[in-house]
Amino acid sequence: MIATHAPAFSQTLPQSADYIRILPEIILSVFGMIVMVLEPLLDEETGQRLLGLIALVGTLAALGATWFMAQAPGLAFWNMVQVDGFSVFFHVLIIAIAAVVILSSYEYMAVQRIRAGEYYALILFGAVGMALMSSAIELVLIFIALEISSISSYVLAGFRRNEASSAESSLKYFLLGSFATAFFLYGVALMFGATGSTNIDQIGRTLVTGPIPLLAFVAVAFMFVGLGFKVAAAPFHIWTPDVYEGAPAPVVGFMSTAPKAAAFAVLLRVVFVVNVHDIFWVIWISAALSMTLGNLGALVQSNVKRLLAYSSIAHAGYLLMAFAATPALGTSAAMFYTAAYAAMNLGAFAVVSHFANSGERYVTLEDYEGLGRSSPLLAATLTIFLLSLIGIPMTGGFFAKFYVFSAAVKANLIWLTIIGVLNSGVGAYYYLRIIVMMYMRESRKEVPVTRVPIPLGLALAACLAATLYLGIFPNSVLQYAQDSAWQLVQPGPPETPVSALVSTLSESR
Amino acid sequence: MTAGAWSPYILTLVTFAPLLGGLLLILFPRRDRDIRVFALVVTLLTFVLSLHLPVYFLRGQTDFQYQVDKQWVSTPNIHYHMGVDGISLWLVVLTTFLTPLCVLISWKSIHGRVKEFFILLLILETALIGVFTSLDLFLFYFFWEATLIPMALLIGIFGHERKVYAAVKFFMYTMIGSVFMLAAILWLYAHTGSFDFVEIRDQIMSGTVPKFPAAAQWLFLGFFLAFAVKVPLFPFHTWLPDAHVEAPTAGSVLLAGVLLKMGTYGLLRFNLGLFPEQSRQNAPWVMTLALIGIIYGALVAMVQPNMKKLIAYSSVSHLGFVVLGIFSFTQAGLNGAMFVMLAHGISTGGLFMLAGILHERRHTYEISEFGGLASPMPVYAASYLVIVLASVGLPLLNGFIGEFLVLSGAFQDKAVYGILGATGIIWSAIYLLWMYQRVFFGKVAHPVNNSLSDLSGFEKVAIWPCAAVALVMGVAPILWLAAIDPAVQAALTPVAGVASRVVAP
Repeated sequence: MIATHAPAFSQTLPQSADYIRILPEIILSVFGMIVMVLEPLLDEETGQRLLGLIALVGTLAALGATWFMAQAPGLAFWNMVQVDGFSVFFHVLIIAIAAVVILSSYEYMAVQRIRAGEYYALILFGAVGMALMSSAIELVLIFIALEISSISSYVLAGFRRNEASSAESSLKYFLLGSFATAFFLYGVALMFGATGSTNIDQIGRTLVTGPIPLLAFVAVAFMFVGLGFKVAAAPFHIWTPDVYEGAPAPVVGFMSTAPKAAAFAVLLRVVFVVNVHDIFWVIWISAALSMTLGNLGALVQSNVKRLLAYSSIAHAGYLLMAFAATPALGTSAAMFYTAAYAAMNLGAFAVVSHFANSGERYVTLEDYEGLGRSSPLLAATLTIFLLSLIGIPMTGGFFAKFYVFSAAVKANLIWLTIIGVLNSGVGAYYYLRIIVMMYMRESRKEVPVTRVPIPLGLALAACLAATLYLGIFPNSVLQYAQDSAWQLVQPGPPETPVSALVSTLSESR
Repeated sequence: MTAGAWSPYILTLVTFAPLLGGLLLILFPRRDRDIRVFALVVTLLTFVLSLHLPVYFLRGQTDFQYQVDKQWVSTPNIHYHMGVDGISLWLVVLTTFLTPLCVLISWKSIHGRVKEFFILLLILETALIGVFTSLDLFLFYFFWEATLIPMALLIGIFGHERKVYAAVKFFMYTMIGSVFMLAAILWLYAHTGSFDFVEIRDQIMSGTVPKFPAAAQWLFLGFFLAFAVKVPLFPFHTWLPDAHVEAPTAGSVLLAGVLLKMGTYGLLRFNLGLFPEQSRQNAPWVMTLALIGIIYGALVAMVQPNMKKLIAYSSVSHLGFVVLGIFSFTQAGLNGAMFVMLAHGISTGGLFMLAGILHERRHTYEISEFGGLASPMPVYAASYLVIVLASVGLPLLNGFIGEFLVLSGAFQDKAVYGILGATGIIWSAIYLLWMYQRVFFGKVAHPVNNSLSDLSGFEKVAIWPCAAVALVMGVAPILWLAAIDPAVQAALTPVAGVASRVVAP
């Protein structure tokens, strides 16, 4: 049962190409450390601005580095990291999310009087973990990356440290989160027991050869529990509303997009490369449950952050539909969905965090009354994000849902599709409620809305541009997703990646 | 450039001209007068552009004309495929005709947030035209959903007391109805590899779509539900009175005039076009629902104390005629259905404008608040009479032609349909004329009504074109039917084929 590792690589030292393949992670870590080192040396006033700027430069540099990374596809570090179209896609996505979050946190830090140093550093370190999750194909490395990203998120959730709700949020997230990661680790261990390997490609090749042992199925199911927690899929979603409610608003924007994208990336690899077919029903049920529970829960919320938390559960459900579909179509649909979801959700949370004001006082639905009159531009921006979350044409959310449903129908999942379309009909109601509050009600109390500062404006503009771009010209992104999905699920004959590595290695010598 | 050279671009131009105008309007400073003038110019320009369509339309041809077909997204295979035939042609023109009138009628009545109002109106116009011109199912669904938001916002922001309830109800009804259509469209794409209406239709006709016979009934229902909510057919109609009563006048005009036609157009184009066999099989209960709609709508309209609600229920009744005509599967019935769609757009649009004018002066729609208005407002009363008679179906006005054709089609199908349908005309005469009598005849019951001013210049310009078109349509229906008839014949061919297949073996 025990698979032999290619002996050539256990001896060699990492080559320069290996480092290029994790260049974005390296840059993010270096900048994170710079932020940590500089933080005590600067006074609070200049620190807030300068550290944010450094972190932003770090993310932009890392974004640039993904280009170099994309030029060097292949395996690195003894088959632990694989750079392909798929991982490049998620690198760009996650780092871009980090950049937008940093931009939208600028003002928030000042208003809420939060010391900025650790905050920015943690976002950068979190991004390192998430980025690494998307390119790691070694389950142990994935676990380490998952822990890096989770621990940053736990701390970030508790950053409004003089608020009890924030501490509660952090503690809940930590306790349940560690429980969930333990499940993941257990799944890894079982998988090793079943196949003798912890390398996803290797496992996939082992499992193709014979009947799939029950142990492998249980292993994938356990990993699904761990990752399902991270993406807030039902029935592992209970933590979401409480954590989102207490955590700082920009952090929620971050938590609801980047770690989810990373966890979905891992899940895609686990589900489609390992390809344990029986997991299909587990995903089917989880998808149907997430959509339904998320939407029903959101219907009765009066706090906008909780509402968006339930909505994120529902969106995890739509996304999981893609996992129940056929590999190639499902992967590309899921990739597109994560990108579109990131753009619209991040934008929505950026508006919410700006509007919440100091101490996050204004987060209930009633506070949004009359916003359409008092600050038309902000309200219009939020409206577009909400319409995109509903899935109205001209927005990224529309195409995202469309592709997912389309993939599901293609895979003959008619009932799941019907549950999905019905849910997206019901879901429209609660997003609409926010729009109704903003435009059709007059404000009954004085809610001060400050001017939108430039960094936040940039962040909003970026999200808006991405949402509309994906809604009107979805072709390029979708084409990219399809190409890389094809690479992912059809890796060719088993020897190809190894031989490709040999040739790159010999070139670099 | 000659007119012919314009042809490939004309549909794109007509469809997106209002949107472009709306986007330009965003940049405008908040000077209400300029905004109104600009909106009027844009909508008039769109109307003039759209006249290109009937002028250069090749009558007697059944193919889609002015087609453009460009790839928009490569996988899934989505095309920007636009084109019109005799059916959609007139619906486009109806839309572009009614929108400038909406701008005129809103000239004085919209005070706050004028800019938002006209931006939404222009966006709505683009979406409406797009629904009728798109031949790619994806594109169709895109525009279909796109009509929802501006309409819901128009009701919710500019409506009357219970506007929020009405807006949300309208949105949720149509949204939930149309997601089933989305599922059906996705199924068709998954099994044909195309969103193109013509392509899918040909594949279905040639019988090459896998698993189609098993799924056809569900697909038919998926499309049917979306359209039935929009029409609205009998059990799905409850959103309509609420939406109408709360909507601002321009919203009501477009809602009754054009939005409802999206449903009947969809039934005609997609249910009949793609699923002729299922249409045949389901016709009996669809016809029954249509008849219930005709009679029930009329009876409820009769007892309404609220003028706008009365007109709203009269729409339920009239649209029942359209569905009756479509599912009679006769040449006359379909011609009539098309003609009722257009006539109803004109006359009910006119009625809503007239009701809005009254509301502006008295801030109520209650019929009992009026009485004897003919003496303070003679011009208004005369205009109202023309439109009411058109709606009742008086010969020489447009309502008559359509209803006559529908009923003769229904008789050809089954006498009982015709007989029951014919009672609808009697009912409509009763409720409309009785309403007219209570509002206009007799002595002025409430002294406050003595000082009501007659139609203003803007209002005349908005109402009289409706009355004039109603007359022309009634006298010379051939101008419209010449284009409609061949298209309807083409739409009927597959259904007739099914019928002969059913009979022949």
